[in-house]
Amino acid sequence: MLKKLDQEEYFYGHKGCGGCGGSLAVRLALKVLGKNTFVVLPAGCMSAVGFVYPQLCFGVNALISPFASTAAMLSGIRVAAKSLNIEDCNVVGFAGDGGTADIGLQALSGAIDRGDKIIYICYDNEAYMNTGVQQSSLTPYGARTTTTPPGDYIHGSINTKKDMVEIVAAHHIKYAATASIGNIPDYIRKVEKAKNINGTSYIHVAAPCPTGWGIDSSETISIAKEAIACGLWYLAEYEDGVYKLNQEIHEYTSIKAYLKKQTRFKHITDEDIEIITKQRDQKNYYIKEQHRKNII
Amino acid sequence: MSYKVFVSGDEAVALGVKLAKPNVIAAYPITPQTIVVERLAEMVEKRELAAQYMYVESEHSALAAVMGASVLGARTFTATSSQGLLYMAEVMHYASGGRVPLVMMNANRSVALPWSIFGDQRDSLSLLDSGWIQAYVEDAQESLDMIIQAYAIAENKNVLTPIMINLDGFVLTHTFEAIDMPTEKQVAKFLPEFELEGKMDLSNPKNLFFSSSPSDNILFKAQQHQAMENSRSIIEEVDKLYEEITGRGYGGLATGYKTEDAEIIIITLGSITGLVKDVVDSLRIEGQKVGVVKIRFMRPFPEKEILQLCKNASKIGVLEKDISFGYHGTVYTNVADALKTTGIILINYIAGLGGKNISEQDIKNIFIELKSIDAEHSAQAVNFVGVEG
Repeated sequence: MLKKLDQEEYFYGHKGCGGCGGSLAVRLALKVLGKNTFVVLPAGCMSAVGFVYPQLCFGVNALISPFASTAAMLSGIRVAAKSLNIEDCNVVGFAGDGGTADIGLQALSGAIDRGDKIIYICYDNEAYMNTGVQQSSLTPYGARTTTTPPGDYIHGSINTKKDMVEIVAAHHIKYAATASIGNIPDYIRKVEKAKNINGTSYIHVAAPCPTGWGIDSSETISIAKEAIACGLWYLAEYEDGVYKLNQEIHEYTSIKAYLKKQTRFKHITDEDIEIITKQRDQKNYYIKEQHRKNII
Repeated sequence: MSYKVFVSGDEAVALGVKLAKPNVIAAYPITPQTIVVERLAEMVEKRELAAQYMYVESEHSALAAVMGASVLGARTFTATSSQGLLYMAEVMHYASGGRVPLVMMNANRSVALPWSIFGDQRDSLSLLDSGWIQAYVEDAQESLDMIIQAYAIAENKNVLTPIMINLDGFVLTHTFEAIDMPTEKQVAKFLPEFELEGKMDLSNPKNLFFSSSPSDNILFKAQQHQAMENSRSIIEEVDKLYEEITGRGYGGLATGYKTEDAEIIIITLGSITGLVKDVVDSLRIEGQKVGVVKIRFMRPFPEKEILQLCKNASKIGVLEKDISFGYHGTVYTNVADALKTTGIILINYIAGLGGKNISEQDIKNIFIELKSIDAEHSAQAVNFVGVEG
């Protein structure tokens, strides 16, 4: 188990917004993985803020892939490393929610199916933030984006956020986990675990975006904590077919209080909150059932 | 000692790849390319080829995977056709802009709709601007030899540009011929190990495939164009060296057959060249001054070579399996530009689309028509061959 974080910085000098959750996820993961790491980033916030010639801000080897190709390029690097006998290295991708659950899903599926030893980290800020906040398939119900304007007709996103960990678990992946910038020790532990997995691992880290969510840049961590506390995000792991809930919440805090702190949910009604609460309860019942089954 | 094998065009490609000893192969099936990846899998299974064989879930991922592998210093191979090539289109621009020296085989096949597995050259010609070197081969022997030459061209440090070797679907991919196999020793002498300057390196990390601002971007594009221009002489040098070692050379970007005194020439691309040569031979017996120019590379385009080879011609037909709807065939447009100062009468014949057979008589008819027209009574620029049935 990792005791102390690397003092070296591998992702700095970028132009991310103040309070960016995604860039924190990248920075922390690279501190865990260290210098012997190859990074792939698709088109998205992290490549846009950190990869504009001549200001290139990765202290480790890094590539931008086509939007849909994060996992495919990761696989290519790992397979080449094997062929060239470069053994002691990590191959990690950082893709957003759109780059993962929408356009990159097919390539991710292929990589997990092959079982290539790669780490795929999805930093989920719940919309296409790099292009200015458009709905992705991981945008939660009710959220305002520029393509789900909250009027009488569209009324914000009508998504029920895809469950990416369930999707990757259905591939019989070696290791998958949810994580959050709201619980950094847990996230770090999971990246460390993924590093030592002999096969494909997937970490889905909740990474709030102050710009897209309409919160203050000082609130990234606290809002991420609150998402867990009110039951709209959860911390769990799936390893070799076994689910494990890392943090069981016995009494949820107010969903309404969580939502109303963010301008993306400013318009939502009590009926919307009822729908969101119902979605939460169904989801959490399902997760707890999975967990219980495994304990038995 | 080299020896003869009896193989199809696809198998010749696989044998060429085996001799080039790639580290990584990304494989995805599509007719009529599939036999290439099947044979490579068999070679890997029999340990004749020590490559990592990747089962990718699409052509898009195939090309992205070999890009990642290549910049770590691995020699790679992938192959595709038609819809698969078009599915790769985005990644093709990535690869050439990233200056990744990939080698890919493409089985030329028509593009849907109507859906067709049969041959024409609309797939690769529609990607002429993707920044790849494009070679077109005539037979199985040239297929094998050009796969080996392709690595030497793409990996040359003054080129570092991906290359696509095109074989006509079925007509070439599935036709069996006896060909000479170079020995491993010959290939080792010809093709150095892959050493990529500026590759990813754990002790000296690189950030590659980056974005650039408008102020820098055009410089990278100018460099990319220069690299393609550099490849002209490299293609010739590589071919000469290959000829010294194996006894077989192909003569650069374009070659002529009986063009020296030819008044009427047909310009070809790919496997149809052989049949046109046969027709030229029979017309020569009748005393007609006819010839063939075979374009071997569409990029870089053999402008000077075509001018030289056509210097005595007064009429030229460009015979191609492609049409850029609303103008000409793409080969014709390029040839017309090369010949724009000459005053040569230039007619475009669009044939073989969707696998339509081009017969000996079709070619004879083209020569007859070319002979009959003059500047005053010129035929229309674009003519479809075989539309009547």
